[in-house]
Amino acid sequence: MSGTSTGQLPDHSLDSFGDAAASATRVTPGNALRPEDIALQQTAPADDAVARYALHLGDDALILAQRLSHWISRGPELEEDVALGNIALDQLGHARSFLSYAGKAWGQTEDDLAYFREEEDFTSLHLVEQPNGDFAETMVRGLFMALYQHQLYTRLVHSADETIAAISAKALKEVDYHLEHAELWTLRLGRGTEESAHRMRRALDKLWPYTAELFQDEPLHDELEGVAVRPSTLRAEWDEQLLDILDRSELAVPEVPAALCWGRRGEHSEHLGYILAEMQVLARKHPGATW
Amino acid sequence: MAEQKSSGGHLAAVRTPEDIAGQRRFEAIIADDSRIEPRDWMPEAYRKSLTRQMSQHAHSEIIGMQPEANWITRAPSLKRKAILMAKVQDEAGHGLYLYSATETLGTDRDTLNNQLLTGRAKYSSIFNYPARTWADMGAIGWLVDGAAIANQVPLCRASYGPYGRAMVRICKEESFHQRQGFEILLELSRGTEAQRKMAQDAINRFYAPALMMFGPSDQDSPNSQQSMAWNIKRFSNDDLRQRFVGMIVEQVKVLGLSLPDPDLRYDEESGQWLHMDLDWDEFKRVVSGGGPCNSQRLARRREAHEDGAWVREAAAAFARKQQNEKNQHDQKAEVA
Repeated sequence: MSGTSTGQLPDHSLDSFGDAAASATRVTPGNALRPEDIALQQTAPADDAVARYALHLGDDALILAQRLSHWISRGPELEEDVALGNIALDQLGHARSFLSYAGKAWGQTEDDLAYFREEEDFTSLHLVEQPNGDFAETMVRGLFMALYQHQLYTRLVHSADETIAAISAKALKEVDYHLEHAELWTLRLGRGTEESAHRMRRALDKLWPYTAELFQDEPLHDELEGVAVRPSTLRAEWDEQLLDILDRSELAVPEVPAALCWGRRGEHSEHLGYILAEMQVLARKHPGATW
Repeated sequence: MAEQKSSGGHLAAVRTPEDIAGQRRFEAIIADDSRIEPRDWMPEAYRKSLTRQMSQHAHSEIIGMQPEANWITRAPSLKRKAILMAKVQDEAGHGLYLYSATETLGTDRDTLNNQLLTGRAKYSSIFNYPARTWADMGAIGWLVDGAAIANQVPLCRASYGPYGRAMVRICKEESFHQRQGFEILLELSRGTEAQRKMAQDAINRFYAPALMMFGPSDQDSPNSQQSMAWNIKRFSNDDLRQRFVGMIVEQVKVLGLSLPDPDLRYDEESGQWLHMDLDWDEFKRVVSGGGPCNSQRLARRREAHEDGAWVREAAAAFARKQQNEKNQHDQKAEVA
């Protein structure tokens, strides 16, 4: 409890808090690859295409994290506040790593990219931009994304780009848990009560249209043989795993048409403008400030 | 709060031999400064007092998530966003351990939660003040968590085992929280003019409410004496407040900011920090529901609880189905 003498250098003042051993930013345990490590490393993406690809991955994770974080203090039980907070935090970590890496190609930081890009410069999928809705919608969106990211990162572990491979390896371990969480809730809600099953069917109807975009190939993927995964190649396995989970949950794929979405090209849902307005407001009010 | 249940008083007249032996053992443990464990005999008043204190503490963690969650989506950098998210998540975890520790005294979590939602249980009144700016994330971490730590470190030695052990774990994380709050303010204090102003304004608003977190002065605090006799509380409210003021008065210098207290000075003679008079009328008003955010905080908790009802019912129904299927499977296996 002894106070800090004013003669000390300001940074040493933090020692008076007792737990000066680690940075508060070490939110993930162990020596896992952290966004700070990516920011410090010298390697920049080999070219603009690699950076743009990293941006796709980062933007999906960032917007999903932003959406999920809204559940903290609003979950159906405290355990879910913790679980959804965990998933949001993991996604934010992945986003920070991918954005830090992408930014190196353009001399920009993760924060330059997150806070000072315009809506049309974001490349997120429409699915992650969808509102949280009720818990069923959040779980269906979570299931779709967890299955997708799980397959994607499983393949990206072998990417020719070492940084993308390393970030994916770390992300994969975490997404493994996200998938387990989403699958368990799909089972519980699908087979729980009449009401929960009804809400799940409604959520599937509502969100299914946005799944087609997950598997849409873009000209960018043609430039990244061996580095990127061609999204269309993930579809068959995704469908198979999803059907299996829905089947066990006594749910089915709804018969609704796929929506035309071009988030990768900067054409977003109406929701993204609001998401960014909220996320960016403070940073933009104080341009050039550090926090 | 005042439940008119029969305890103490007339019941003391019909004490069983087990009670008499239990009481003797309890007193010996307290005299020895050892720990009472859940299965040990304890006086009803001890159980009740601890249940009240521990559940209030748990509720404070849960309600305390709200002012900070208010800034997660607007945090000004991704690193700060991650730290804030982790912090608010820790608070949910603290609430969970504390509810579990309270359950060992015989009141279940649903009952405790119900007391919170119906406004019968209290929580720390500081969370009824709004978190208006980003700097409030700093002031809450530094001053509010700082005051909480000053209060809680001695509770690690509380006579009730589960409470003391929960506090050890919680204090470790809280010191992290205080540090991140201080870091936020430090960064702001070295930043632009607008950032410095924001930091000073947050300190100005949170200083007095943080000092009031220690509770009324000892002569006006009815529960303190008994709580100290039971080795739950180790220092008086005023002693803890003193200690806290002594700490922040040094730390604020590092920030190059000031505490909004014209009367603050160290009195060599008494060895005490003298601070301004605190507005205990305001404190009472906020505790009894009249703070700026009391209504909002409870409404949000109720809404989360009500909106989540169908989810909890579905999870329970699914668990029952699983159990039935397992039973049927086991029966078939027996027949075969």
